[in-house]
Amino acid sequence: MTGFSDSLGVHATALTLRSQRNDILASNIANAATPNYKARDIDFDALLTSAIAEGEMATTHKDHLSSASSAQGVLYRQPVSAALDGNTVELGVEQMQFSENVSGYQASLSFLNQRIAGLMSAIKGE
Amino acid sequence: MAGPTNIFDVAGRAMSAQMVRLNSVASNLANADSVSTTKDGAYRAIRPVFEASYSDATLKSGLATVDVAEIVALDREPTRIFRPDHPLADREGYVFQANVDQDEEMVEMMEANRQYQNTVSVVSTMRTLMMRTLNMGR
Repeated sequence: MTGFSDSLGVHATALTLRSQRNDILASNIANAATPNYKARDIDFDALLTSAIAEGEMATTHKDHLSSASSAQGVLYRQPVSAALDGNTVELGVEQMQFSENVSGYQASLSFLNQRIAGLMSAIKGE
Repeated sequence: MAGPTNIFDVAGRAMSAQMVRLNSVASNLANADSVSTTKDGAYRAIRPVFEASYSDATLKSGLATVDVAEIVALDREPTRIFRPDHPLADREGYVFQANVDQDEEMVEMMEANRQYQNTVSVVSTMRTLMMRTLNMGR
Protein backbone atom coordinates (compact mmCIF):
# COMPACT_ATOMS: atom_id res chain seq x y z
CA MET A 1 0.00 0.00 0.00
CA THR A 2 3.00 2.31 0.36
CA GLY A 3 2.87 2.87 -3.39
CA PHE A 4 -0.46 4.66 -3.12
CA SER A 5 0.46 6.89 -0.19
CA ASP A 6 3.81 7.68 -1.84
CA SER A 7 2.10 8.86 -4.99
CA LEU A 8 -0.29 11.04 -2.97
CA GLY A 9 2.80 12.79 -1.67
CA VAL A 10 2.74 15.54 0.92
CA HIS A 11 -0.86 16.50 0.19
CA ALA A 12 -2.48 13.85 2.36
CA THR A 13 -0.49 15.03 5.41
CA ALA A 14 -1.14 18.66 4.50
CA LEU A 15 -4.88 18.01 4.32
CA THR A 16 -4.93 16.47 7.81
CA LEU A 17 -2.98 19.39 9.27
CA ARG A 18 -5.18 21.94 7.49
CA SER A 19 -8.25 20.22 8.87
CA GLN A 20 -6.85 20.32 12.41
CA ARG A 21 -5.97 23.98 11.99
CA ASN A 22 -9.50 24.73 10.75
CA ASP A 23 -10.92 23.25 13.96
CA ILE A 24 -8.60 25.38 16.11
CA LEU A 25 -9.39 28.59 14.20
CA ALA A 26 -13.12 27.83 14.40
CA SER A 27 -12.75 27.43 18.18
CA ASN A 28 -11.03 30.82 18.32
CA ILE A 29 -13.84 32.48 16.39
CA ALA A 30 -16.44 30.79 18.61
CA ASN A 31 -14.66 32.17 21.69
CA ALA A 32 -14.25 35.72 20.40
CA ALA A 33 -16.38 37.06 23.27
CA THR A 34 -15.18 34.82 26.12
CA PRO A 35 -13.21 36.71 28.80
CA ASN A 36 -9.65 35.41 29.38
CA TYR A 37 -9.79 33.03 26.40
CA LYS A 38 -6.37 32.78 24.71
CA ALA A 39 -6.40 32.29 20.95
CA ARG A 40 -4.51 29.20 19.80
CA ASP A 41 -2.95 28.07 16.56
CA ILE A 42 -0.45 25.57 15.15
CA ASP A 43 2.73 26.30 13.21
CA PHE A 44 1.59 24.67 9.99
CA ASP A 45 4.92 24.89 8.12
CA ALA A 46 6.96 23.45 11.00
CA LEU A 47 4.52 20.61 11.63
CA LEU A 48 4.35 19.75 7.93
CA THR A 49 8.14 19.77 7.63
CA SER A 50 8.56 17.51 10.65
CA ALA A 51 5.80 15.20 9.42
CA ILE A 52 7.58 14.82 6.06
CA ALA A 53 10.99 14.37 7.63
CA GLU A 54 10.08 11.88 10.36
CA GLY A 55 6.77 10.47 9.28
CA GLU A 56 3.94 9.85 11.67
CA MET A 57 5.09 8.01 14.79
CA ALA A 58 3.02 4.97 15.73
CA THR A 59 0.72 5.44 18.74
CA THR A 60 0.53 2.03 20.41
CA HIS A 61 -0.80 3.16 23.79
CA LYS A 62 -3.80 5.30 24.71
CA ASP A 63 -1.54 7.85 26.46
CA HIS A 64 0.68 8.32 23.40
CA LEU A 65 0.38 11.66 21.65
CA SER A 66 0.51 11.60 17.87
CA SER A 67 3.65 13.28 16.57
CA ALA A 68 1.91 15.58 14.11
CA SER A 69 -0.23 17.09 16.85
CA SER A 70 1.84 16.81 20.01
CA ALA A 71 1.48 19.12 22.99
CA GLN A 72 4.02 21.53 21.49
CA GLY A 73 1.94 21.58 18.33
CA VAL A 74 -0.90 23.77 19.61
CA LEU A 75 0.57 27.14 20.54
CA TYR A 76 -0.84 30.47 21.73
CA ARG A 77 -1.21 33.45 19.43
CA GLN A 78 0.56 36.72 20.19
CA PRO A 79 -2.16 39.39 19.90
CA VAL A 80 -1.58 42.60 17.93
CA SER A 81 -3.42 44.52 20.64
CA ALA A 82 -4.91 42.47 23.46
CA ALA A 83 -8.38 43.27 24.79
CA LEU A 84 -8.84 44.45 28.38
CA ASP A 85 -10.85 41.36 29.34
CA GLY A 86 -7.83 39.10 28.71
CA ASN A 87 -9.20 37.72 25.44
CA THR A 88 -6.56 37.48 22.71
CA VAL A 89 -8.91 36.66 19.82
CA GLU A 90 -8.82 39.34 17.13
CA LEU A 91 -11.62 38.65 14.70
CA GLY A 92 -9.87 40.19 11.69
CA VAL A 93 -6.74 38.12 12.25
CA GLU A 94 -8.67 34.92 12.87
CA GLN A 95 -10.91 35.37 9.85
CA MET A 96 -7.95 36.01 7.56
CA GLN A 97 -6.10 32.97 8.93
CA PHE A 98 -9.26 30.93 8.50
CA SER A 99 -9.78 31.97 4.88
CA GLU A 100 -6.10 31.37 4.11
CA ASN A 101 -6.35 27.93 5.66
CA VAL A 102 -9.54 27.11 3.76
CA SER A 103 -7.82 28.08 0.50
CA GLY A 104 -4.86 25.87 1.43
CA TYR A 105 -7.22 23.01 2.20
CA GLN A 106 -8.93 23.36 -1.16
CA ALA A 107 -5.56 23.52 -2.93
CA SER A 108 -4.43 20.28 -1.24
CA LEU A 109 -7.76 18.72 -2.15
CA SER A 110 -7.34 19.68 -5.83
CA PHE A 111 -3.82 18.23 -5.90
CA LEU A 112 -5.09 15.01 -4.31
CA ASN A 113 -7.91 14.79 -6.84
CA GLN A 114 -5.44 15.15 -9.70
CA ARG A 115 -3.16 12.48 -8.23
CA ILE A 116 -6.11 10.14 -7.78
CA ALA A 117 -7.28 10.81 -11.34
CA GLY A 118 -3.76 9.96 -12.52
CA LEU A 119 -3.79 6.70 -10.53
CA MET A 120 -7.23 5.83 -11.87
CA SER A 121 -6.15 6.26 -15.48
CA ALA A 122 -3.04 4.15 -14.76
CA ILE A 123 -5.22 1.40 -13.28
CA LYS A 124 -7.69 1.43 -16.15
CA GLY A 125 -4.89 1.55 -18.71
CA GLU A 126 -6.87 3.65 -21.14
CA MET B 1 -20.76 20.02 30.59
CA ALA B 2 -18.44 17.75 28.62
CA GLY B 3 -15.98 19.30 26.20
CA PRO B 4 -16.72 19.67 22.49
CA THR B 5 -15.90 16.73 20.23
CA ASN B 6 -16.15 18.23 16.76
CA ILE B 7 -16.64 21.49 14.89
CA PHE B 8 -20.43 21.23 14.85
CA ASP B 9 -20.44 20.85 18.62
CA VAL B 10 -18.21 23.92 18.94
CA ALA B 11 -20.41 26.02 16.67
CA GLY B 12 -23.74 24.84 18.06
CA ARG B 13 -22.82 25.63 21.64
CA ALA B 14 -21.25 28.97 20.68
CA MET B 15 -24.47 29.88 18.88
CA SER B 16 -26.67 28.90 21.79
CA ALA B 17 -24.47 30.98 24.12
CA GLN B 18 -24.99 33.98 21.83
CA MET B 19 -28.73 33.24 21.84
CA VAL B 20 -28.76 33.42 25.64
CA ARG B 21 -27.02 36.78 25.32
CA LEU B 22 -29.62 38.01 22.80
CA ASN B 23 -32.42 36.81 25.08
CA SER B 24 -30.99 38.73 28.02
CA VAL B 25 -30.72 41.86 25.84
CA ALA B 26 -34.36 41.42 24.84
CA SER B 27 -35.41 41.07 28.48
CA ASN B 28 -33.42 44.16 29.44
CA LEU B 29 -34.85 46.28 26.65
CA ALA B 30 -38.39 45.09 27.38
CA ASN B 31 -37.98 46.17 31.00
CA ALA B 32 -36.07 49.37 30.27
CA ASP B 33 -38.92 51.64 31.32
CA SER B 34 -40.42 49.54 34.08
CA VAL B 35 -40.67 51.18 37.50
CA SER B 36 -41.19 49.99 41.03
CA THR B 37 -42.20 51.42 44.39
CA THR B 38 -39.19 49.96 46.19
CA LYS B 39 -35.50 49.89 45.34
CA ASP B 40 -35.34 46.09 45.67
CA GLY B 41 -38.38 45.63 43.46
CA ALA B 42 -36.88 47.55 40.53
CA TYR B 43 -35.72 45.54 37.50
CA ARG B 44 -31.96 45.06 37.24
CA ALA B 45 -30.28 44.48 33.86
CA ILE B 46 -29.04 40.90 33.42
CA ARG B 47 -26.00 39.70 31.55
CA PRO B 48 -24.68 36.18 30.80
CA VAL B 49 -21.10 35.29 31.82
CA PHE B 50 -19.27 33.33 29.12
CA GLU B 51 -16.77 30.63 29.90
CA ALA B 52 -14.53 28.65 27.54
CA SER B 53 -15.16 24.90 27.54
CA TYR B 54 -12.15 22.92 26.36
CA SER B 55 -12.15 19.58 24.61
CA ASP B 56 -10.95 16.62 26.72
CA ALA B 57 -8.05 16.29 24.28
CA THR B 58 -7.47 20.00 23.87
CA LEU B 59 -3.69 19.62 23.60
CA LYS B 60 -4.23 17.41 20.58
CA SER B 61 -7.22 18.97 18.90
CA GLY B 62 -7.22 22.56 20.16
CA LEU B 63 -11.03 22.50 20.23
CA ALA B 64 -12.81 24.87 22.60
CA THR B 65 -16.36 26.15 22.72
CA VAL B 66 -18.39 28.59 24.82
CA ASP B 67 -20.74 27.86 27.70
CA VAL B 68 -22.83 30.27 29.72
CA ALA B 69 -21.40 29.92 33.24
CA GLU B 70 -24.11 32.00 34.92
CA ILE B 71 -26.39 34.97 34.39
CA VAL B 72 -25.73 37.90 36.69
CA ALA B 73 -27.69 41.04 37.50
CA LEU B 74 -25.62 44.18 36.92
CA ASP B 75 -24.40 45.88 40.08
CA ARG B 76 -26.00 49.23 39.35
CA GLU B 77 -28.44 51.22 41.46
CA PRO B 78 -31.93 51.81 40.03
CA THR B 79 -32.60 55.50 39.35
CA ARG B 80 -34.92 57.25 41.78
CA ILE B 81 -37.12 59.67 39.89
CA PHE B 82 -39.81 62.07 41.06
CA ARG B 83 -43.19 61.11 39.58
CA PRO B 84 -45.90 61.97 42.10
CA ASP B 85 -48.67 61.20 39.57
CA HIS B 86 -47.51 57.59 39.10
CA PRO B 87 -49.72 54.96 40.76
CA LEU B 88 -46.61 53.13 42.02
CA ALA B 89 -45.05 56.25 43.58
CA ASP B 90 -44.08 56.00 47.25
CA ARG B 91 -45.30 58.36 49.94
CA GLU B 92 -42.79 61.07 48.91
CA GLY B 93 -43.76 60.79 45.22
CA TYR B 94 -40.71 58.85 44.00
CA VAL B 95 -40.46 55.66 41.87
CA PHE B 96 -37.42 53.48 41.13
CA GLN B 97 -36.68 53.01 37.46
CA ALA B 98 -34.85 49.96 36.01
CA ASN B 99 -31.07 50.38 35.63
CA VAL B 100 -31.07 49.56 31.91
CA ASP B 101 -28.83 51.60 29.59
CA GLN B 102 -30.61 51.28 26.25
CA ASP B 103 -27.61 52.33 24.11
CA GLU B 104 -25.44 49.77 25.85
CA GLU B 105 -28.05 47.08 25.20
CA MET B 106 -28.15 47.95 21.49
CA VAL B 107 -24.36 47.63 21.26
CA GLU B 108 -24.56 44.30 23.09
CA MET B 109 -27.22 43.15 20.64
CA MET B 110 -25.14 44.11 17.60
CA GLU B 111 -22.09 42.30 18.96
CA ALA B 112 -24.02 39.12 19.74
CA ASN B 113 -25.58 39.29 16.29
CA ARG B 114 -22.20 39.55 14.55
CA GLN B 115 -20.74 36.75 16.64
CA TYR B 116 -23.64 34.53 15.69
CA GLN B 117 -23.19 35.32 11.99
CA ASN B 118 -19.45 34.64 12.17
CA THR B 119 -20.05 31.23 13.69
CA VAL B 120 -22.67 30.38 11.06
CA SER B 121 -20.34 31.32 8.21
CA VAL B 122 -17.50 29.25 9.71
CA VAL B 123 -19.79 26.22 9.89
CA SER B 124 -21.05 26.63 6.33
CA THR B 125 -17.45 26.91 5.05
CA MET B 126 -16.41 23.80 6.97
CA ARG B 127 -19.43 21.90 5.70
CA THR B 128 -18.57 22.78 2.09
CA LEU B 129 -15.02 21.54 2.68
CA MET B 130 -16.29 18.27 4.15
CA MET B 131 -18.61 17.75 1.18
CA ARG B 132 -15.72 18.30 -1.23
CA THR B 133 -13.55 15.91 0.74
CA LEU B 134 -16.27 13.26 0.57
CA ASN B 135 -16.28 13.65 -3.20
CA MET B 136 -12.51 13.25 -3.42
CA GLY B 137 -11.34 11.12 -6.35
CA ARG B 138 -14.64 11.18 -8.24
